Amino acid sequence: MASDTDFLLALENVSVSFDGFKAVNGLNLYIDTGELRVIIGPNGAGKTTVLDLICGRTRVSEGSIKFKNQEITGRKEQEIVRLGIGRKFQTPTIYEDLTVFENLELSLPRGRSVVGALFWKRADEVIQRVHEIAATVFLADHVDRLAATLSHGQKQWLEIGMLLIQDPELLMLDEPVAGMSVSERAKTAELLNQIIKNRSVVVIEHDMKFVESIAHRVTVLHQGKVLAEGNMQRVQSDPKVKEVYLGH
Amino acid sequence: MAATRTDSRSLELIGFALIALLIMVVLPLMLDIFRLNLVGKYLTYAFVAVGLVLCWGHTGILSLGQGVFFGLGGYCMAAFLKLEASSVENTRIQSTPGIPDFMDWNQLTELPFFWVPFKSLPFALIAVVAVPAIAAFILGAAMFKRRVGGVYFAIITQALASVLTILIIGRQGYTGGINGITDLRTLLGWDIRTDNAKYILYFVCCFLLLGIMLLARFVLASKLGRILVATRDQEDRVRFSGYDVANFKIFVFCLASAMAAIGGAMFALQVGFMSPSFVGIVPSIEMVIFCAVGGRHSLVGAVVGTLVVNWGKTLFSESFPELWLFAMGGLFIAVVLAFPRGLAGLVTDQLIPRLPHWRGWTHRQPSPAPAE
Repeated sequence: MASDTDFLLALENVSVSFDGFKAVNGLNLYIDTGELRVIIGPNGAGKTTVLDLICGRTRVSEGSIKFKNQEITGRKEQEIVRLGIGRKFQTPTIYEDLTVFENLELSLPRGRSVVGALFWKRADEVIQRVHEIAATVFLADHVDRLAATLSHGQKQWLEIGMLLIQDPELLMLDEPVAGMSVSERAKTAELLNQIIKNRSVVVIEHDMKFVESIAHRVTVLHQGKVLAEGNMQRVQSDPKVKEVYLGH
Repeated sequence: MAATRTDSRSLELIGFALIALLIMVVLPLMLDIFRLNLVGKYLTYAFVAVGLVLCWGHTGILSLGQGVFFGLGGYCMAAFLKLEASSVENTRIQSTPGIPDFMDWNQLTELPFFWVPFKSLPFALIAVVAVPAIAAFILGAAMFKRRVGGVYFAIITQALASVLTILIIGRQGYTGGINGITDLRTLLGWDIRTDNAKYILYFVCCFLLLGIMLLARFVLASKLGRILVATRDQEDRVRFSGYDVANFKIFVFCLASAMAAIGGAMFALQVGFMSPSFVGIVPSIEMVIFCAVGGRHSLVGAVVGTLVVNWGKTLFSESFPELWLFAMGGLFIAVVLAFPRGLAGLVTDQLIPRLPHWRGWTHRQPSPAPAE
């Protein structure tokens, strides 16, 4: 059995296999409170799978995942969310037929039962909070727009905003700058540096420039295992990493 | 796509008022009681269509078995009416007087235990809503908790419609079999077969329909309504916003089924019988077509669609009965291909933007974003 842990999130000996293929193989990963961790690795290294395992979308075959020293393997997605883990998907996953305001309002962690939702009142503090978050993610002027009409970059920001309004202790972002323009990337890096202050963040990213602009600690995954871990310079100079990833 | 959210709301109110005017004033003044009773029958299908707007149009759950719930509601109502019509005096000539005629024909000598509570009107009225809602809850919980959805759910509901039909036909002594429960006469001594009673029942049906439309409107306008739309578009995201998606789906499916059941009960009252031909696969799919033709996102559209298709069916099948099914199939294909948002979509997307007055009005709105 896994031992007690002081880490915010601790993955120990985690494995998962799909039809015999081990996408993640005996993985150990520890995230501290207040840490920003970037996970990189070549295609098929198991990066997204790791996030899927943490947030309960994929079931762990072996091993333990603890959040605040609580076992979370086997729990349902919404239960894990309610514990304080937020997840952003690779492609912007927002509610296109709702306005920006409604997208953020739905993400507010209140009135989550059927009855609570049916008799939900849009109180002043709710409106205020939604506008506050909208301003944080550069969408203050677009709250009444349908989400479908936003640009790709704005959709990515909206999804980050939907996570921020949940106020999770651990935020997991899967390629937050994919498909963004250069200026949007810079703005996103600024946004991330601002929002990590009160929480831990795990980011998966391909874009090495972007990683350099935000990274504190980097974990390199390869074939479902941790290949190297440390700060950006150390990882970049690691010969094993150069071979599998940075070399080409 | 040019209307804003604000004016789509006021459009809906106008539509609602027009529907109320049509069914409560215009049709009763225009039609004789035979035709009006026919409209009343169509309106009972509209209950199903309104439920489908909630669970199919807004939540994306396509149920091809709403006839099951329409039927359960209808049978619960018919059971009460049948027992009242089967008093000992009325059934003196039977070998066992006091039980429904079809039971006597099937050599039953006493009332089956599950028929006994239907002697009470309050019980029957509660059962009209409760029995289908419980059935929907069990099916919904079994399916949605396991994340069965989409086509698989549609197929299972269709299978259920088939199963219930076979069960009703097979257990003749308990259900009246293929003939159904016929010869319904009185409700607490009030003869429901007279013209006067038909008028009253028609208006009761109208009031109930407008009532459930308002209820549906309330649900859709609440945060729950937005969660339903969100579930249709991005089910995973809703889960990762901390909602238990299955509970919301179960809720809306039960609600839609209860609405269908009230329609079924009004059917039994107005038409005077209930039979398995309103339970099975064909009527269930027809009800989906009514909803699709009217516009599956629009409550008013669903009611209009039901009236239009049924009116067409009556006209058409009086002259060319054998062609009707082809016409219906063609209509469905045309709707899916040419105007997927139905009649309501034609009005909001095509007609309204062409009206100069509305265009000017639209431009004065604070947020010029297109509505869904």
